[in-house]
Amino acid sequence: MVVAAVGVLAVVSLFVGVSTVTPATLLAQDAQALLVLLVSRLPRTLAVLLAGAAMAVAGMIMQMLARNRFVEPSTAGTVESAVLGILVVTVLSPGAPLMVKMLVASTFALAGTALFLRLLAFVPLRSVLVVPLVGLMLGGVIGAVTTFFAYRLDLLQSLASWTTGDFSGVLRGRYELLWITLALTVVAYLAADRFTLAGMGSDLTTNLGMSYRTVMTLGLVIVSMVSAVVVVTVGVIPFLGLVVPNVVSLMLGDNMRRTAPWVAVLGAGFVLVCDLVGRVVRHPYEVPVGVVVGVVGSALFLALLLRRGSRAA
Amino acid sequence: MIEVTGATKSYGDLRVLDDVHLRLPRGGVTALIGANGAGKSTLLSCMSRLLHLDAGAVTVDGLDVSTTRGDVLARRLATLRQDNHLTARLTVRDLVTFGRYPHSKGRATADDLVHVERSLRFLDLEDLADRFLDELSGGQRQRAFVAMVLCQDTDYVLLDEPLNNLDLKHAVAMMRLLRRAADELGATVVVVLHDINVAACYADHVVAMRDGVVVHEGSPEQVMQTHVLREVFDLDLRVHRIDGRLVALHVA
Ligand SMILES: Nc1ncnc2c1ncn2[C@@H]1O[C@H](COP(=O)(O)OP(=O)(O)O)[C@@H](O)[C@H]1O
Ligand SMILES: [Mg+2]
Repeated sequence: MVVAAVGVLAVVSLFVGVSTVTPATLLAQDAQALLVLLVSRLPRTLAVLLAGAAMAVAGMIMQMLARNRFVEPSTAGTVESAVLGILVVTVLSPGAPLMVKMLVASTFALAGTALFLRLLAFVPLRSVLVVPLVGLMLGGVIGAVTTFFAYRLDLLQSLASWTTGDFSGVLRGRYELLWITLALTVVAYLAADRFTLAGMGSDLTTNLGMSYRTVMTLGLVIVSMVSAVVVVTVGVIPFLGLVVPNVVSLMLGDNMRRTAPWVAVLGAGFVLVCDLVGRVVRHPYEVPVGVVVGVVGSALFLALLLRRGSRAA
Repeated sequence: MIEVTGATKSYGDLRVLDDVHLRLPRGGVTALIGANGAGKSTLLSCMSRLLHLDAGAVTVDGLDVSTTRGDVLARRLATLRQDNHLTARLTVRDLVTFGRYPHSKGRATADDLVHVERSLRFLDLEDLADRFLDELSGGQRQRAFVAMVLCQDTDYVLLDEPLNNLDLKHAVAMMRLLRRAADELGATVVVVLHDINVAACYADHVVAMRDGVVVHEGSPEQVMQTHVLREVFDLDLRVHRIDGRLVALHVA
Protein backbone atom coordinates (compact mmCIF):
# COMPACT_ATOMS: atom_id res chain seq x y z
CA MET A 1 0.00 0.00 0.00
CA VAL A 2 2.56 2.54 1.17
CA VAL A 3 4.98 1.43 -1.52
CA ALA A 4 2.26 1.84 -4.12
CA ALA A 5 1.42 5.32 -2.82
CA VAL A 6 5.05 6.37 -3.03
CA GLY A 7 5.20 4.89 -6.53
CA VAL A 8 2.20 6.92 -7.66
CA LEU A 9 3.69 10.07 -6.15
CA ALA A 10 6.96 9.38 -7.92
CA VAL A 11 5.10 9.20 -11.23
CA VAL A 12 3.27 12.41 -10.41
CA SER A 13 6.60 14.00 -9.62
CA LEU A 14 7.75 13.25 -13.14
CA PHE A 15 4.98 15.40 -14.56
CA VAL A 16 5.07 18.40 -12.27
CA GLY A 17 7.14 21.39 -13.28
CA VAL A 18 7.39 24.57 -15.29
CA SER A 19 7.60 23.01 -18.72
CA THR A 20 4.70 20.88 -19.66
CA VAL A 21 5.46 17.20 -19.64
CA THR A 22 2.45 14.93 -19.63
CA PRO A 23 1.87 11.38 -20.73
CA ALA A 24 0.10 12.87 -23.70
CA THR A 25 3.05 14.98 -24.83
CA LEU A 26 5.30 11.99 -24.42
CA LEU A 27 3.00 9.81 -26.50
CA ALA A 28 2.98 12.52 -29.11
CA GLN A 29 6.72 12.00 -29.30
CA ASP A 30 7.41 15.54 -28.21
CA ALA A 31 11.22 15.54 -28.22
CA GLN A 32 11.36 18.55 -25.92
CA ALA A 33 9.17 16.89 -23.32
CA LEU A 34 11.17 13.68 -23.46
CA LEU A 35 14.36 15.62 -22.96
CA VAL A 36 12.98 17.43 -19.92
CA LEU A 37 11.83 14.11 -18.53
CA LEU A 38 15.17 12.40 -18.94
CA VAL A 39 17.47 15.27 -18.07
CA SER A 40 15.55 16.88 -15.26
CA ARG A 41 12.41 15.21 -13.97
CA LEU A 42 13.63 11.65 -13.74
CA PRO A 43 16.95 12.54 -12.11
CA ARG A 44 15.15 14.83 -9.70
CA THR A 45 12.62 12.19 -8.70
CA LEU A 46 15.33 9.57 -8.25
CA ALA A 47 17.39 12.01 -6.22
CA VAL A 48 14.46 12.72 -3.95
CA LEU A 49 13.77 9.03 -3.40
CA LEU A 50 17.39 8.12 -2.80
CA ALA A 51 18.14 11.01 -0.47
CA GLY A 52 14.90 10.60 1.46
CA ALA A 53 15.32 6.90 2.05
CA ALA A 54 18.99 7.16 2.96
CA MET A 55 18.65 10.10 5.34
CA ALA A 56 15.74 8.48 7.17
CA VAL A 57 17.69 5.23 7.61
CA ALA A 58 20.79 7.18 8.67
CA GLY A 59 18.66 8.89 11.31
CA MET A 60 17.50 5.54 12.61
CA ILE A 61 21.07 4.25 12.83
CA MET A 62 22.12 7.41 14.64
CA GLN A 63 19.36 6.84 17.18
CA MET A 64 20.59 3.31 17.79
CA LEU A 65 24.22 4.37 18.17
CA ALA A 66 23.44 7.23 20.56
CA ARG A 67 20.70 5.19 22.21
CA ASN A 68 18.46 8.20 22.07
CA ARG A 69 15.37 8.85 20.01
CA PHE A 70 15.97 12.51 19.46
CA VAL A 71 19.20 12.54 17.56
CA GLU A 72 19.79 12.46 13.85
CA PRO A 73 22.60 13.69 11.61
CA SER A 74 21.38 17.28 11.74
CA THR A 75 21.14 17.31 15.55
CA ALA A 76 24.45 15.61 16.25
CA GLY A 77 26.99 17.80 14.52
CA THR A 78 27.25 15.40 11.57
CA VAL A 79 25.67 17.60 8.94
CA GLU A 80 27.36 20.78 10.17
CA SER A 81 30.71 19.01 10.02
CA ALA A 82 30.01 17.86 6.49
CA VAL A 83 29.22 21.45 5.49
CA LEU A 84 32.46 22.63 7.11
CA GLY A 85 34.25 19.95 5.10
CA ILE A 86 32.74 21.24 1.86
CA LEU A 87 33.77 24.77 2.76
CA VAL A 88 37.33 23.65 3.41
CA VAL A 89 37.54 21.83 0.06
CA THR A 90 35.99 24.73 -1.76
CA VAL A 91 38.55 27.13 -0.33
CA LEU A 92 41.62 24.94 -0.63
CA SER A 93 40.88 23.31 -3.94
CA PRO A 94 38.01 25.06 -5.72
CA GLY A 95 38.08 22.85 -8.80
CA ALA A 96 37.96 19.54 -6.96
CA PRO A 97 35.58 16.99 -8.44
CA LEU A 98 32.35 16.23 -6.61
CA MET A 99 33.70 12.87 -5.49
CA VAL A 100 36.61 14.50 -3.70
CA LYS A 101 34.32 17.03 -2.05
CA MET A 102 32.13 14.19 -0.91
CA LEU A 103 35.03 12.27 0.58
CA VAL A 104 36.36 15.30 2.45
CA ALA A 105 32.86 16.08 3.69
CA SER A 106 32.48 12.45 4.84
CA THR A 107 35.72 12.62 6.76
CA PHE A 108 34.64 15.80 8.51
CA ALA A 109 31.22 14.30 9.22
CA LEU A 110 32.85 11.22 10.69
CA ALA A 111 35.07 13.30 12.95
CA GLY A 112 32.15 15.49 14.04
CA THR A 113 29.90 12.56 14.85
CA ALA A 114 32.65 10.72 16.71
CA LEU A 115 33.24 13.89 18.72
CA PHE A 116 29.53 14.00 19.55
CA LEU A 117 29.55 10.42 20.81
CA ARG A 118 32.66 11.14 22.88
CA LEU A 119 31.03 14.19 24.40
CA LEU A 120 28.06 12.05 25.38
CA ALA A 121 30.35 9.83 27.42
CA PHE A 122 31.14 12.88 29.57
CA VAL A 123 27.56 13.94 30.09
CA PRO A 124 26.80 12.70 33.58
CA LEU A 125 23.03 12.62 33.36
CA ARG A 126 22.09 11.08 30.09
CA SER A 127 18.53 12.25 30.23
CA VAL A 128 16.51 11.84 27.09
CA LEU A 129 16.56 15.50 26.19
CA VAL A 130 20.10 16.38 27.21
CA VAL A 131 21.56 14.20 24.47
CA PRO A 132 20.03 16.07 21.51
CA LEU A 133 20.82 19.36 23.25
CA VAL A 134 24.49 18.42 23.36
CA GLY A 135 24.27 17.58 19.66
CA LEU A 136 22.53 20.83 18.79
CA MET A 137 25.13 22.82 20.71
CA LEU A 138 27.99 21.01 19.02
CA GLY A 139 26.30 21.58 15.67
CA GLY A 140 25.82 25.22 16.60
CA VAL A 141 29.49 25.69 17.38
CA ILE A 142 30.64 23.98 14.19
CA GLY A 143 28.04 25.89 12.21
CA ALA A 144 29.25 29.17 13.69
CA VAL A 145 32.84 28.42 12.74
CA THR A 146 31.71 27.58 9.21
CA THR A 147 29.66 30.75 8.91
CA PHE A 148 32.53 32.87 10.22
CA PHE A 149 34.94 31.62 7.59
CA ALA A 150 32.33 31.69 4.85
CA TYR A 151 31.66 35.31 5.75
CA ARG A 152 35.34 36.20 5.76
CA LEU A 153 35.86 34.47 2.44
CA ASP A 154 32.72 35.85 0.87
CA LEU A 155 31.17 32.41 0.47
CA LEU A 156 27.92 32.96 2.35
CA GLN A 157 25.94 32.49 -0.83
CA SER A 158 27.45 29.06 -1.44
CA LEU A 159 27.00 28.20 2.21
CA ALA A 160 23.29 28.89 1.94
CA SER A 161 23.02 26.56 -1.02
CA TRP A 162 24.66 23.72 0.92
CA THR A 163 22.62 24.20 4.06
CA THR A 164 19.25 24.40 2.35
CA GLY A 165 18.20 21.19 0.73
CA ASP A 166 16.97 21.87 -2.77
CA PHE A 167 16.30 19.49 -5.62
CA SER A 168 15.65 22.13 -8.26
CA GLY A 169 19.27 22.06 -9.38
CA VAL A 170 19.28 18.32 -9.86
CA LEU A 171 19.98 17.39 -13.48
CA ARG A 172 21.32 14.35 -15.19
CA GLY A 173 25.03 14.19 -14.40
CA ARG A 174 24.65 16.05 -11.11
CA TYR A 175 22.96 13.54 -8.86
CA GLU A 176 24.54 10.19 -9.63
CA LEU A 177 26.65 10.33 -6.48
CA LEU A 178 23.41 9.67 -4.61
CA TRP A 179 23.45 6.07 -5.81
CA ILE A 180 26.19 5.60 -3.23
CA THR A 181 23.55 6.22 -0.57
CA LEU A 182 21.52 3.34 -1.98
CA ALA A 183 24.50 1.05 -1.54
CA LEU A 184 24.98 2.34 2.00
CA THR A 185 21.31 1.85 2.79
CA VAL A 186 21.52 -1.74 1.59
CA VAL A 187 24.58 -2.31 3.78
CA ALA A 188 22.66 -0.81 6.69
CA TYR A 189 19.84 -3.23 6.07
CA LEU A 190 22.15 -6.21 5.93
CA ALA A 191 23.67 -5.15 9.24
CA ALA A 192 20.28 -4.28 10.73
CA ASP A 193 20.49 -6.83 13.55
CA ARG A 194 23.83 -5.44 14.63
CA PHE A 195 22.45 -1.93 14.89
CA THR A 196 19.44 -3.11 16.84
CA LEU A 197 21.87 -4.84 19.18
CA ALA A 198 23.99 -1.72 19.48
CA GLY A 199 20.80 0.06 20.46
CA MET A 200 20.55 -2.36 23.37
CA GLY A 201 23.88 -1.17 24.75
CA SER A 202 27.43 -2.40 24.92
CA ASP A 203 26.85 -5.05 27.62
CA LEU A 204 24.15 -6.92 25.76
CA THR A 205 26.08 -6.56 22.52
CA THR A 206 29.19 -8.02 24.11
CA ASN A 207 27.23 -10.79 25.76
CA LEU A 208 25.87 -11.83 22.39
CA GLY A 209 29.36 -12.03 21.00
CA MET A 210 29.65 -8.90 18.94
CA SER A 211 32.24 -6.20 19.05
CA TYR A 212 30.45 -3.04 20.10
CA ARG A 213 33.26 -0.92 18.75
CA THR A 214 33.03 -2.51 15.30
CA VAL A 215 29.29 -1.94 15.09
CA MET A 216 29.68 1.65 16.22
CA THR A 217 32.36 2.26 13.63
CA LEU A 218 30.30 0.73 10.83
CA GLY A 219 27.30 2.84 11.84
CA LEU A 220 29.36 6.01 12.04
CA VAL A 221 30.81 5.45 8.60
CA ILE A 222 27.38 4.83 7.06
CA VAL A 223 25.78 7.84 8.72
CA SER A 224 28.66 10.14 7.87
CA MET A 225 28.90 9.11 4.24
CA VAL A 226 25.17 9.30 3.66
CA SER A 227 25.04 12.75 5.22
CA ALA A 228 28.02 13.95 3.24
CA VAL A 229 26.70 12.67 -0.08
CA VAL A 230 23.29 14.23 0.49
CA VAL A 231 24.73 17.57 1.60
CA VAL A 232 27.13 17.69 -1.35
CA THR A 233 24.48 16.88 -3.93
CA VAL A 234 21.27 18.50 -2.67
CA GLY A 235 21.99 20.19 0.66
CA VAL A 236 20.72 19.68 4.18
CA ILE A 237 17.33 18.05 4.69
CA PRO A 238 16.64 18.67 8.38
CA PHE A 239 14.47 16.62 10.76
CA LEU A 240 13.81 13.87 8.25
CA GLY A 241 15.96 11.39 10.12
CA LEU A 242 14.10 12.19 13.30
CA VAL A 243 10.51 12.24 12.27
CA VAL A 244 10.29 9.19 10.06
CA PRO A 245 12.09 6.68 12.32
CA ASN A 246 10.16 7.93 15.35
CA VAL A 247 6.82 7.49 13.66
CA VAL A 248 7.78 4.00 12.53
CA SER A 249 9.11 3.17 16.00
CA LEU A 250 5.82 4.17 17.58
CA MET A 251 3.96 1.85 15.24
CA LEU A 252 6.33 -1.07 14.82
CA GLY A 253 9.05 -0.79 17.46
CA ASP A 254 12.80 -0.71 16.92
CA ASN A 255 13.74 -4.08 15.52
CA MET A 256 15.63 -2.64 12.58
CA ARG A 257 15.37 -5.70 10.41
CA ARG A 258 11.61 -5.23 10.45
CA THR A 259 11.46 -1.44 10.45
CA ALA A 260 14.29 -0.41 8.12
CA PRO A 261 12.29 -1.01 4.91
CA TRP A 262 9.42 1.05 6.30
CA VAL A 263 11.71 3.83 7.34
CA ALA A 264 13.31 3.89 3.90
CA VAL A 265 10.00 3.91 2.02
CA LEU A 266 8.35 6.46 4.27
CA GLY A 267 11.47 8.64 4.23
CA ALA A 268 11.44 8.65 0.45
CA GLY A 269 7.70 9.34 0.43
CA PHE A 270 7.95 12.15 2.94
CA VAL A 271 10.63 14.01 1.00
CA LEU A 272 8.75 13.39 -2.23
CA VAL A 273 5.59 14.96 -0.82
CA CYS A 274 7.54 17.92 0.56
CA ASP A 275 9.32 18.39 -2.75
CA LEU A 276 6.01 18.29 -4.63
CA VAL A 277 4.48 20.79 -2.23
CA GLY A 278 7.50 23.04 -2.68
CA ARG A 279 7.06 22.88 -6.44
CA VAL A 280 3.34 23.52 -6.46
CA VAL A 281 2.77 26.00 -3.70
CA ARG A 282 4.26 29.05 -5.47
CA HIS A 283 4.12 27.80 -9.02
CA PRO A 284 5.96 28.70 -11.23
CA TYR A 285 8.53 29.42 -8.50
CA GLU A 286 9.83 26.83 -6.10
CA VAL A 287 10.21 26.64 -2.35
CA PRO A 288 13.34 24.60 -1.53
CA VAL A 289 12.57 21.18 -0.10
CA GLY A 290 14.78 21.90 2.92
CA VAL A 291 12.40 24.68 3.90
CA VAL A 292 9.27 22.57 3.47
CA VAL A 293 10.74 19.60 5.32
CA GLY A 294 12.01 21.99 7.97
CA VAL A 295 8.57 23.45 8.59
CA VAL A 296 6.62 20.19 8.49
CA GLY A 297 9.38 18.22 10.18
CA SER A 298 9.91 20.61 13.08
CA ALA A 299 6.19 20.65 13.80
CA LEU A 300 6.07 16.85 13.77
CA PHE A 301 9.24 16.71 15.82
CA LEU A 302 7.72 18.94 18.47
CA ALA A 303 4.63 16.77 18.61
CA LEU A 304 6.78 13.66 19.02
CA LEU A 305 8.94 15.34 21.63
CA LEU A 306 5.95 16.26 23.73
CA ARG A 307 4.42 12.84 23.38
CA ARG A 308 7.45 10.64 23.81
CA GLY A 309 9.31 12.97 26.15
CA SER A 310 6.47 12.81 28.62
CA ARG A 311 6.38 9.04 28.43
CA ALA A 312 10.11 8.56 28.80
CA ALA A 313 10.46 11.02 31.68
CA MET B 1 35.43 -24.73 34.83
CA ILE B 2 35.69 -21.03 35.53
CA GLU B 3 39.01 -20.07 37.00
CA VAL B 4 39.73 -16.63 38.42
CA THR B 5 43.35 -15.92 39.29
CA GLY B 6 44.60 -12.79 41.00
CA ALA B 7 41.66 -10.71 39.82
CA THR B 8 42.17 -7.07 40.75
CA LYS B 9 40.09 -4.07 39.78
CA SER B 10 40.10 -0.50 41.06
CA TYR B 11 38.02 2.58 40.46
CA GLY B 12 40.36 5.45 41.21
CA ASP B 13 41.68 4.80 44.70
CA LEU B 14 38.93 2.34 45.53
CA ARG B 15 40.04 -1.26 45.17
CA VAL B 16 36.87 -3.11 44.30
CA LEU B 17 38.43 -6.52 43.65
CA ASP B 18 41.56 -7.37 45.54
CA ASP B 19 43.50 -10.37 44.29
CA VAL B 20 40.53 -12.71 44.00
CA HIS B 21 41.19 -16.39 43.37
CA LEU B 22 38.27 -18.67 42.62
CA ARG B 23 37.68 -22.01 40.94
CA LEU B 24 34.16 -22.94 40.00
CA PRO B 25 33.92 -26.50 38.71
CA ARG B 26 31.51 -27.44 35.97
CA GLY B 27 27.88 -27.99 36.77
CA GLY B 28 25.75 -26.96 39.69
CA VAL B 29 24.51 -23.66 41.02
CA THR B 30 26.93 -21.28 42.70
CA ALA B 31 25.55 -18.38 44.72
CA LEU B 32 27.59 -15.22 45.16
CA ILE B 33 26.61 -13.41 48.33
CA GLY B 34 27.82 -10.38 50.28
CA ALA B 35 26.76 -6.93 51.40
CA ASN B 36 26.09 -4.06 48.98
CA GLY B 37 29.32 -2.85 47.48
CA ALA B 38 31.22 -6.05 48.30
CA GLY B 39 32.23 -6.39 44.64
CA LYS B 40 29.87 -9.16 43.53
CA SER B 41 28.66 -7.39 40.41
CA THR B 42 32.17 -6.32 39.54
CA LEU B 43 33.45 -9.87 39.84
CA LEU B 44 30.60 -11.25 37.76
CA SER B 45 31.11 -8.60 35.07
CA CYS B 46 34.81 -9.38 34.90
CA MET B 47 34.08 -13.09 34.65
CA SER B 48 31.80 -12.42 31.71
CA ARG B 49 34.22 -9.95 30.00
CA LEU B 50 31.85 -7.01 30.34
CA LEU B 51 34.54 -5.34 32.47
CA HIS B 52 38.29 -5.59 32.10
CA LEU B 53 40.50 -6.50 35.01
CA ASP B 54 43.42 -4.31 36.00
CA ALA B 55 45.39 -7.44 36.85
CA GLY B 56 44.81 -11.17 36.92
CA ALA B 57 42.84 -13.35 34.54
CA VAL B 58 39.60 -15.26 34.09
CA THR B 59 39.40 -18.42 32.05
CA VAL B 60 36.33 -20.39 31.06
CA ASP B 61 37.15 -23.98 30.09
CA GLY B 62 40.67 -22.77 29.63
CA LEU B 63 39.72 -19.86 27.35
CA ASP B 64 40.95 -16.50 28.57
CA VAL B 65 37.88 -14.27 28.43
CA SER B 66 39.85 -11.15 27.60
CA THR B 67 41.44 -12.63 24.49
CA THR B 68 38.95 -15.19 23.23
CA ARG B 69 36.82 -14.11 20.28
CA GLY B 70 33.55 -12.60 21.40
CA ASP B 71 31.35 -14.87 19.31
CA VAL B 72 33.14 -18.02 20.49
CA LEU B 73 32.62 -17.04 24.09
CA ALA B 74 29.01 -16.07 23.45
CA ARG B 75 28.18 -19.67 22.58
CA ARG B 76 29.69 -20.84 25.83
CA LEU B 77 28.80 -18.20 28.37
CA ALA B 78 25.77 -15.98 28.78
CA THR B 79 25.36 -13.20 31.28
CA LEU B 80 22.93 -10.65 32.55
CA ARG B 81 23.80 -7.51 34.46
CA GLN B 82 22.00 -6.17 37.47
CA ASP B 83 20.35 -3.21 35.72
CA ASN B 84 19.15 -3.44 32.19
CA HIS B 85 17.70 -0.38 30.56
CA LEU B 86 16.59 -0.56 27.00
CA THR B 87 15.91 2.56 25.02
CA ALA B 88 15.18 0.50 21.93
CA ARG B 89 11.58 -0.57 21.66
CA LEU B 90 11.54 -4.31 21.18
CA THR B 91 8.94 -6.95 21.79
CA VAL B 92 9.62 -9.69 24.30
CA ARG B 93 9.91 -12.20 21.47
CA ASP B 94 12.36 -9.98 19.57
CA LEU B 95 14.54 -9.73 22.65
CA VAL B 96 14.47 -13.44 23.37
CA THR B 97 15.19 -14.21 19.71
CA PHE B 98 18.31 -12.07 19.98
CA GLY B 99 19.50 -14.62 22.53
CA ARG B 100 19.97 -16.95 19.56
CA TYR B 101 22.19 -14.45 17.79
CA PRO B 102 25.49 -16.18 18.66
CA HIS B 103 24.14 -19.31 16.96
CA SER B 104 21.96 -17.93 14.21
CA LYS B 105 23.79 -14.69 13.33
CA GLY B 106 20.41 -13.22 12.63
CA ARG B 107 19.07 -16.01 10.41
CA ALA B 108 16.93 -17.87 12.89
CA THR B 109 16.34 -21.50 11.94
CA ALA B 110 13.42 -23.66 13.02
CA ASP B 111 15.63 -25.01 15.79
CA ASP B 112 16.32 -21.48 17.01
CA LEU B 113 12.61 -20.75 17.12
CA VAL B 114 12.03 -23.88 19.19
CA HIS B 115 14.52 -22.54 21.72
CA VAL B 116 12.78 -19.18 21.72
CA GLU B 117 9.37 -20.68 22.38
CA ARG B 118 10.74 -22.89 25.12
CA SER B 119 12.41 -19.96 26.88
CA LEU B 120 9.21 -17.97 26.67
CA ARG B 121 7.31 -20.86 28.18
CA PHE B 122 9.83 -21.47 30.95
CA LEU B 123 9.60 -17.87 32.07
CA ASP B 124 5.85 -17.70 31.82
CA LEU B 125 6.04 -15.08 29.07
CA GLU B 126 3.88 -16.65 26.40
CA ASP B 127 1.03 -14.21 26.90
CA LEU B 128 3.42 -11.27 26.87
CA ALA B 129 5.51 -12.38 23.92
CA ASP B 130 4.29 -9.74 21.49
CA ARG B 131 4.20 -6.86 23.95
CA PHE B 132 6.81 -4.13 23.86
CA LEU B 133 9.30 -4.21 26.72
CA ASP B 134 8.63 -0.58 27.62
CA GLU B 135 5.03 -1.53 28.29
CA LEU B 136 5.84 -4.20 30.89
CA SER B 137 6.35 -4.12 34.63
CA GLY B 138 9.87 -4.32 36.04
CA GLY B 139 9.47 -7.96 36.98
CA GLN B 140 8.07 -8.95 33.62
CA ARG B 141 10.94 -7.17 31.93
CA GLN B 142 13.43 -8.93 34.18
CA ARG B 143 11.96 -12.28 33.17
CA ALA B 144 12.24 -11.34 29.50
CA PHE B 145 15.96 -10.62 29.92
CA VAL B 146 16.51 -13.91 31.72
CA ALA B 147 14.62 -15.68 28.93
CA MET B 148 17.00 -14.12 26.43
CA VAL B 149 20.01 -15.33 28.38
CA LEU B 150 18.63 -18.87 28.73
CA CYS B 151 17.80 -18.90 25.04
CA GLN B 152 21.49 -18.42 24.37
CA ASP B 153 21.73 -22.06 25.49
CA THR B 154 25.24 -21.86 26.91
CA ASP B 155 27.15 -24.13 29.29
CA TYR B 156 27.74 -21.21 31.63
CA VAL B 157 25.06 -18.80 32.81
CA LEU B 158 26.04 -15.83 34.98
CA LEU B 159 23.20 -13.79 36.43
CA ASP B 160 23.40 -10.71 38.63
CA GLU B 161 20.46 -10.54 41.03
CA PRO B 162 17.94 -12.13 38.66
CA LEU B 163 15.29 -12.04 41.36
CA ASN B 164 15.20 -8.23 41.26
CA ASN B 165 11.64 -6.98 40.96
CA LEU B 166 10.16 -10.47 40.92
CA ASP B 167 7.16 -11.36 43.03
CA LEU B 168 7.44 -14.38 45.30
CA LYS B 169 5.86 -16.79 42.84
CA HIS B 170 8.11 -15.82 39.98
CA ALA B 171 11.16 -15.69 42.24
CA VAL B 172 10.58 -19.29 43.29
CA ALA B 173 9.91 -20.28 39.69
CA MET B 174 13.14 -18.58 38.63
CA MET B 175 15.24 -20.40 41.21
CA ARG B 176 13.66 -23.73 40.29
CA LEU B 177 14.37 -23.00 36.67
CA LEU B 178 18.04 -22.30 37.39
CA ARG B 179 18.18 -25.51 39.40
CA ARG B 180 16.70 -27.40 36.48
CA ALA B 181 19.15 -25.84 34.04
CA ALA B 182 21.95 -27.17 36.23
CA ASP B 183 20.44 -30.59 36.96
CA GLU B 184 18.88 -31.49 33.62
CA LEU B 185 20.92 -29.55 31.10
CA GLY B 186 24.21 -29.72 32.95
CA ALA B 187 24.65 -25.95 32.91
CA THR B 188 26.98 -24.17 35.29
CA VAL B 189 24.96 -21.40 36.92
CA VAL B 190 26.57 -18.55 38.85
CA VAL B 191 24.10 -16.23 40.43
CA VAL B 192 24.37 -13.17 42.66
CA LEU B 193 21.69 -13.33 45.33
CA HIS B 194 21.03 -10.88 48.09
CA ASP B 195 18.87 -13.27 50.12
CA ILE B 196 21.12 -15.79 51.85
CA ASN B 197 18.18 -18.04 52.60
CA VAL B 198 17.42 -18.36 48.93
CA ALA B 199 21.09 -19.02 48.33
CA ALA B 200 21.17 -21.71 51.02
CA CYS B 201 18.06 -23.35 49.63
CA TYR B 202 18.96 -23.56 45.95
CA ALA B 203 22.73 -23.40 45.63
CA ASP B 204 25.25 -26.23 45.76
CA HIS B 205 28.06 -23.87 46.46
CA VAL B 206 28.17 -20.47 48.15
CA VAL B 207 30.86 -17.83 47.68
CA ALA B 208 30.80 -14.97 50.17
CA MET B 209 32.51 -11.66 49.40
CA ARG B 210 33.38 -8.67 51.47
CA ASP B 211 35.32 -5.57 50.45
CA GLY B 212 36.55 -7.06 47.21
CA VAL B 213 37.80 -10.28 48.75
CA VAL B 214 36.32 -13.78 48.89
CA VAL B 215 36.03 -14.34 52.64
CA HIS B 216 34.30 -17.71 52.66
CA GLU B 217 33.47 -20.44 50.24
CA GLY B 218 31.76 -23.76 50.68
CA SER B 219 28.53 -25.70 50.84
CA PRO B 220 25.44 -23.99 52.26
CA GLU B 221 26.03 -25.89 55.53
CA GLN B 222 29.52 -24.51 55.80
CA VAL B 223 28.52 -20.92 55.12
CA MET B 224 25.25 -20.85 57.05
CA GLN B 225 26.85 -20.48 60.43
CA THR B 226 26.52 -17.56 62.78
CA HIS B 227 30.23 -16.78 62.98
CA VAL B 228 30.69 -17.01 59.22
CA LEU B 229 27.73 -14.79 58.49
CA ARG B 230 28.93 -12.27 61.04
CA GLU B 231 32.20 -12.01 59.20
CA VAL B 232 30.42 -11.54 55.88
CA PHE B 233 27.61 -9.19 56.84
CA ASP B 234 28.70 -7.71 60.16
CA LEU B 235 25.43 -8.89 61.56
CA ASP B 236 24.43 -11.44 64.14
CA LEU B 237 22.20 -13.99 62.48
CA ARG B 238 20.81 -17.12 64.02
CA VAL B 239 20.66 -20.17 61.80
CA HIS B 240 17.71 -22.54 62.27
CA ARG B 241 16.83 -25.72 60.55
CA ILE B 242 13.24 -25.60 59.42
CA ASP B 243 11.78 -28.53 57.47
CA GLY B 244 15.30 -29.69 56.78
CA ARG B 245 16.38 -26.31 55.39
CA LEU B 246 18.85 -23.87 56.82
CA VAL B 247 17.29 -20.49 57.53
CA ALA B 248 19.11 -17.49 58.95
CA LEU B 249 17.08 -15.01 60.95
CA HIS B 250 18.36 -11.75 62.26
CA VAL B 251 18.10 -11.19 65.97
CA ALA B 252 15.23 -8.87 66.54
N1 LIG C 1 31.61 2.45 37.61
C1 LIG C 1 32.02 2.59 38.88
N2 LIG C 1 32.74 3.67 39.24
C2 LIG C 1 33.18 3.81 40.51
N3 LIG C 1 32.93 2.95 41.49
C3 LIG C 1 32.20 1.85 41.19
C4 LIG C 1 31.70 1.61 39.88
N4 LIG C 1 31.03 0.45 39.88
C5 LIG C 1 31.08 -0.02 41.13
N5 LIG C 1 31.79 0.81 41.92
C6 LIG C 1 32.07 0.61 43.35
O1 LIG C 1 32.63 -0.66 43.48
C7 LIG C 1 32.17 -1.28 44.66
C8 LIG C 1 31.64 -2.65 44.34
O2 LIG C 1 30.49 -2.53 43.54
P1 LIG C 1 29.63 -3.77 43.06
O3 LIG C 1 30.53 -4.77 42.47
O4 LIG C 1 28.54 -3.26 42.22
O5 LIG C 1 29.06 -4.31 44.44
P2 LIG C 1 27.90 -5.35 44.73
O6 LIG C 1 27.38 -5.87 43.46
O7 LIG C 1 28.55 -6.39 45.56
O8 LIG C 1 26.87 -4.62 45.51
C9 LIG C 1 31.15 -0.34 45.28
O9 LIG C 1 31.76 0.33 46.34
C10 LIG C 1 30.82 0.60 44.17
O10 LIG C 1 30.54 1.86 44.70
MG1 LIG D 1 25.55 -5.71 42.55
